[in-house]
Amino acid sequence: MSQKFRTRSGGHIDRSRTLQFRFDGRAYQGYPGDTLASALLANGVRLFGRSFKLHRPRGVFAAGAEEPNALAELRRGARREPNTRMTMIELYNGLEAASQNRFPSLRFDVMAAAGLVAPVLSAGFYYKTFMWPAAFWEKFYEPWIRRAAGLGRASGLADPDSYEAMHAHCDVLVVGSGAAGLAAARVAGAAGARVILCEQDFLPGGGLLAERPHEQWREQTLAALSAMPEVTLLSRTTVFGYYDCNVLGAVQRVADHVPEPPPYTPRQRAWTIRARSVVLATGAHERFIAFPDNDRPGVMLTGAAQTYATRFGTRAGRRALLFANNDAAYDGLFSLQDAEMEIAGVVDARPDSAGAAAARARGITVWIGASVIGTAGRQSLHGVRIRQHGGDETRISADLLCVSGGINPAVHLASQSGTPLVWDDRLASFVPGVPVQTQHSAGAAAGVTGIAAAAADGARAGAAAAANAGFVADAAIDLPCGDAPDPTVLPVWEVKAHGKAFVDIQDDVTTADIRLAYREGYRHIEHAKRYTTHTMGTEQGKTGGLIGAAVLAEARGARVQDVGLPTFRPFVMPVTWGAIVGARVGEHYAPVRLTPLHDWHARHGATFMEAGAWLRPSFYRVTGDADDWASVLREARAVRRAVGICDVSTLGKIDVQGSDAATFLDRIYANTLSSLPVGRARYGLMLREDGIAFDDGTVSRLGSDHFFVTTTTANADPVMAHLEFHLQTCWPELDVQLATVTDTFAAMSVAGPRARDTLVQVLRGLDLANHAFPFMAVGDAELAGFPVRVFRISFSGELAYEIATPWGCGLAVWQAIMQAGAAFGIEPYGVEALGLLRIEKGHVAGAELNGQTTAADLGLGRMLKPRGDFIGRALAGRPGLVDPGRPRLVGVMPTDRSNPLRAGAHLVEAGSSTSLGWISSVTRSVELERWIGLALLRGEGRIGTRLQAKFPLTGEKAEVAVVSPHFVDPENARVRA
Amino acid sequence: MKAACWTSVAPARSPGCNEAARMIRIDCPWCGPRDEIEFTYRGDATVRRPDADASAEALHDYVYARKNPRGWHKEWWHHVHGCRQYLQVVRHTLTHEVRSVARATDTLDLPVG
Ligand SMILES: [Zn+2]
Repeated sequence: MSQKFRTRSGGHIDRSRTLQFRFDGRAYQGYPGDTLASALLANGVRLFGRSFKLHRPRGVFAAGAEEPNALAELRRGARREPNTRMTMIELYNGLEAASQNRFPSLRFDVMAAAGLVAPVLSAGFYYKTFMWPAAFWEKFYEPWIRRAAGLGRASGLADPDSYEAMHAHCDVLVVGSGAAGLAAARVAGAAGARVILCEQDFLPGGGLLAERPHEQWREQTLAALSAMPEVTLLSRTTVFGYYDCNVLGAVQRVADHVPEPPPYTPRQRAWTIRARSVVLATGAHERFIAFPDNDRPGVMLTGAAQTYATRFGTRAGRRALLFANNDAAYDGLFSLQDAEMEIAGVVDARPDSAGAAAARARGITVWIGASVIGTAGRQSLHGVRIRQHGGDETRISADLLCVSGGINPAVHLASQSGTPLVWDDRLASFVPGVPVQTQHSAGAAAGVTGIAAAAADGARAGAAAAANAGFVADAAIDLPCGDAPDPTVLPVWEVKAHGKAFVDIQDDVTTADIRLAYREGYRHIEHAKRYTTHTMGTEQGKTGGLIGAAVLAEARGARVQDVGLPTFRPFVMPVTWGAIVGARVGEHYAPVRLTPLHDWHARHGATFMEAGAWLRPSFYRVTGDADDWASVLREARAVRRAVGICDVSTLGKIDVQGSDAATFLDRIYANTLSSLPVGRARYGLMLREDGIAFDDGTVSRLGSDHFFVTTTTANADPVMAHLEFHLQTCWPELDVQLATVTDTFAAMSVAGPRARDTLVQVLRGLDLANHAFPFMAVGDAELAGFPVRVFRISFSGELAYEIATPWGCGLAVWQAIMQAGAAFGIEPYGVEALGLLRIEKGHVAGAELNGQTTAADLGLGRMLKPRGDFIGRALAGRPGLVDPGRPRLVGVMPTDRSNPLRAGAHLVEAGSSTSLGWISSVTRSVELERWIGLALLRGEGRIGTRLQAKFPLTGEKAEVAVVSPHFVDPENARVRA
Repeated sequence: MKAACWTSVAPARSPGCNEAARMIRIDCPWCGPRDEIEFTYRGDATVRRPDADASAEALHDYVYARKNPRGWHKEWWHHVHGCRQYLQVVRHTLTHEVRSVARATDTLDLPVG
């Protein structure tokens, strides 16, 4: 029975080679040039799938991207891809595909056989079922509906293939390679414009592929285009979105037509194309008519049947009947007759017409003023019931019912670009109005039908687009000629008769569903769409969207053009996540920033944590550490008792220079910096303009006009943007230059009572004696022969020096210090120990600088300068921000010293559940050998009292003592030692 | 889903309902035409920071009061992955059309209508 539905000859298929493929496990044969759909039709397959909600048998309905029914799971294993349109799947040797929505098999489906589905899944069923008890939904409806309604299954495995992104610029982008698109590309290309021509099919030509007389022009034009070096033809490339400023998105299916992508080849490529001008030659989609059982396998769009016969050399049936309301559809039927199919006749909704006369001249019976009122057959069509002019009903034997309700110009991209749509009475459809971006619609997409007329329209659009980009199109090109039938339709949307008449075949939406939505109050097209799921599938209403609108219009007593269509949005066609994500998967998801010491940390047992884009050592595990805490505590003890070294290269660093640098920093920081002497550093606090604390760090004065500013790691970018904003837009008169030097300098903190003893061994050119280089001093020096800048600042509360050195010298300087400190037991310490030390000291960090706290909340209120303007000055004084009842920074300790603390716990009075504040940071103190924490606590005078720390998520509760946040060395003597 | 958008046929799109459609091109006076992804939006450029001795009320309006126009709007866009300059951009809030781009210190008037 191999390919018994092939025509004898012709078509864009290579009959000299046979391809083997499998569908639902069964072996078939096809030809190169086939789609999966055309090859299955050639083999006599009529049942392609089961419908989404009702599990009705479905055949192939279209021949292109608008296919609603013939969806398959393509390939196997990790490469299995659900919901692929069989009409777009290019056949290859070894292809494997499976039908969807059937259980246990396509021919016998439990859901359909039992008729289980229809009564429940009426319009709005999701909304209605949500009204039922939640438990009912979870236990019964959701799992049941998920099995009953749904499309194909994803593989559930990691995608083994790669995807990539491509960015392109061109003078003229032409979308679609039918007669209009080819002519436009050729004219624009001949004018010298850089042209990109995108065609979603694997074969360029669009509607020309079904028109044998124009094959020569197609070939000539393609040859001419390929000879133009500035013209790029991208086949298998769907333009899916039209964005602002003539930016369009496209996806190229690079290797979907082979079993596996060749080495170093992506499966798909996502294009972002920026075009000076755009020609939309996207053609049109034929629409059907809603009549009872219009979804039966064997009912097909007329143009699709014509395409199968002429392009694919495949008869979609043995005996064809046409139901139409326009002359253009007759040409399709004639092509079937030419392909030696038996013709049952024409059911024409109109009175007599040129088409009917032409049919009769070919010996075809025509019933004028008639309509189809039903179809017969179980899993494929074998008969059609018609109502003749006058009302008599007849049954006609046919296994292919071609339907044509007219055409819908493919206006999706034009509409996305902002172009308004206008109603065309002749086509009874929307066509693009005056574009708002530099864009031209041409050919059938603009409502211009017939090959010759569309090509001429494309040539006009191509010349106009070239002119938009500054090119003169003056070369004449060959254009096809010939007459085309009149596309004028008699608008027939629906035939009212008994039975389910579908307006959205893919989503199982019927005329009755639309009317139900109207009766229940969903009268706007956007409401009716969401209530019924009309046009919400992969097909997006390409063939039936307007029919649903027309049914709603009738219910409302309005004109269909006034009801309109739902908004067109990207994506025009389904696009895989792989193409959108591209290479940004796994470790390539986001860039990672590493300090120059990263490899050293890794070699010395560091466990890393993410800090923004940075990886920082969390702690270093050494032999003998029982657990993570053991490592952290060991590191912190080294700092408190001897000396430690911490990589702080990730801190944000900004170089500020200029004669107004001091003035600028006074306005940026809440405290005064202009009084800072050269060679000294000062703690600096920045507020946001609304008075909330923003960031803190140190400001060092390196010269009278030269400052060096540090920020927290997390805020390095926002602080730089904040400085730039105010300098450029508020005070452009200031002579200040800013430069980010975060990764110009590596930085390390050497902290602990033996820090000076360590550094003096390797540091030259700077006297570290306390009187010569006191707390907050800054100086340049040399360390092991490398240039360094030394800052005597401390985050840990110990005697400490921060050493900055050019990024490339970081490792050598670090190693020299490690060597010098070995005698004192120097230990590298990570972010965890750093946090432990700062909590012991009561220094705030991200958990306290949380975007809700003021300077006063953090115990820093006295830093705000009393005179002079600064960012946040005025609004920091608002009553709500100076309210003494606001939560303030305090310290907490469990009264039972063996109890732990938990960050996030709420502080309440004993016996109360009213939160007075929360614990923001906790750690295990090495100084006090117990858990301690910082908290934000409402009310004055609470230090010395006891409260409950409650963590309701786990039911934990512990008594805590409220204490000063300065657990260690409150007099700050150690840093000055 | 973001805030619903209930336009039917025309206009085809309203701001806020088309999440993928964020591809404005901005002609930076320093760098030339660049994609929106190189920029960070910094808000209303019609408000200016009050003088040093301004009242809390004036600062309040500067920080919080916004006109939220439907139509032409003057905005700050920071060319954060380019020249690091803040630019004044006249953009139509309904169509995203960018009418003009100027340096921070230039005088730039909004189009009428
Ligand atoms: Zn720039």
